[in-house]
This record gives sequence, C-alpha cells and structure tokens, in this order.
Amino acid sequence: MSSVTTQKIRQLLAEHGRLGCDVSTLGEDADLYQAGMSSHASVNVMLALEAAFEIEFPDAMLRRRAFESIAAIRSAVEELVGNAPP
Amino acid sequence: MVMQRPDATRISVGIDLVQVSQVAQTLARLGDSYVNRIWTPDEIAHCRAQPAIAAARFATGFAAKAATLKALRLNDEGLDLRNINTRLSESGSWELELKGKAGELAQAAGWQSWSLSVSQEGDYATAVVAALSAS
Repeated sequence: MSSVTTQKIRQLLAEHGRLGCDVSTLGEDADLYQAGMSSHASVNVMLALEAAFEIEFPDAMLRRRAFESIAAIRSAVEELVGNAPP
Repeated sequence: MVMQRPDATRISVGIDLVQVSQVAQTLARLGDSYVNRIWTPDEIAHCRAQPAIAAARFATGFAAKAATLKALRLNDEGLDLRNINTRLSESGSWELELKGKAGELAQAAGWQSWSLSVSQEGDYATAVVAALSAS
C-alpha cells in the first residue's frame, strides 16, 4: 500500500501543494514548506487527502508537522486508513 | 519570531499571506464543506455579506488565523481553526478572539494580549498578529 499511497500523495501535492518545484524531485523527507507550500496550500492538500483516501483528519492531527514532508503525510494517512471502520 | 525585552516581556509576531484566487478556487470546488471547516458562523456571515468580495474576505480571515498560529506558536498543537475567531469592530479595527483549546493553550503559554492587523489588495490578503506575554 505504501508505494501506491506515496504516488497518490505526490499527485495531490502536485495538484494542490503549489510547490516551487516539481514534486517528483523531492525526497520523501524534504521539507514541503521550504519547497513553497503555504499555509493555505497545506489546507488544500489536507482536504484533497481526505477526499482521495476517504478519511478525516481529527483536530489532533491538524499539526504543521503532519504535513511537512511526503513521509509525514504518508504516516498520517496510513494511520487514518488503518483506523477506518471496515 | 519572538523578541525578549530586558524586563523579560516576550513579544511575538506572526504573518501570513494568502492568494485570493486560490481561496476562490477552493470555494468553487468544495463550497460549504471547506467554509464550515475553517471559519466560524460569524466570520462566514461577514464574508458572505458582500458576495462580490467574499473570496477576498475569506482569504483575509484565513491569513489572520494562520498568523495567529504563528505568533502564539500553536502551529503544532492540532487546533480547530474555528477556535480562532476574527471580528471587525465598529471602529474598523480587527479583533481576535481565541476560544476552546486555542484559548487554553495561549493562556497556559502566558500570552496575555494580542493584536491583529490585515490588508488586502488585488489577489493578495495578508495579516499580522503581535502577541505579548509577561514572561
């Protein structure tokens, strides 16, 4: 699931992250805010992740750190998907 | 950014810049599911009172919330943005109200007062928040 999830996350970042570079050039631990993702763009990414993965980020996970890298986003998504009712 | 005055008072400033057209696009794409997630009912009423500039008003409000999180160092606390309420006073100045967990955390951190200023022109809205604590 991880590679599919990562691919989807990269796609959503390309569509909504408003990064200053091609997301394909970013490593999984690269700082997305340093790459140009603004506060509002991070909200757009969050909303897009919710729609794509059919999850909802609880308030406790609405932390800047949760969206700071592809790896961080994947970790959050996998946690929420794993906790979703069958 | 936090400055330390000689009498140990802390001053912290946060700023955010939002592109109005980006907010407009998100409004068009997600509508109420986006609006109701970020803004309070009072803020929504203010923004929608003038439909022609609603996107600009929403963008300004978002910048204010993001600037608040930065100034009060709450970016990693997992907060509902609706805990931060902005209101335009009769005098024309902006007021910032912290509710729920945002208010509790700000108080616990010692922030005693804060002030908000916003500006918007063309496709950009910005907000600055300055916060003051006694230590």
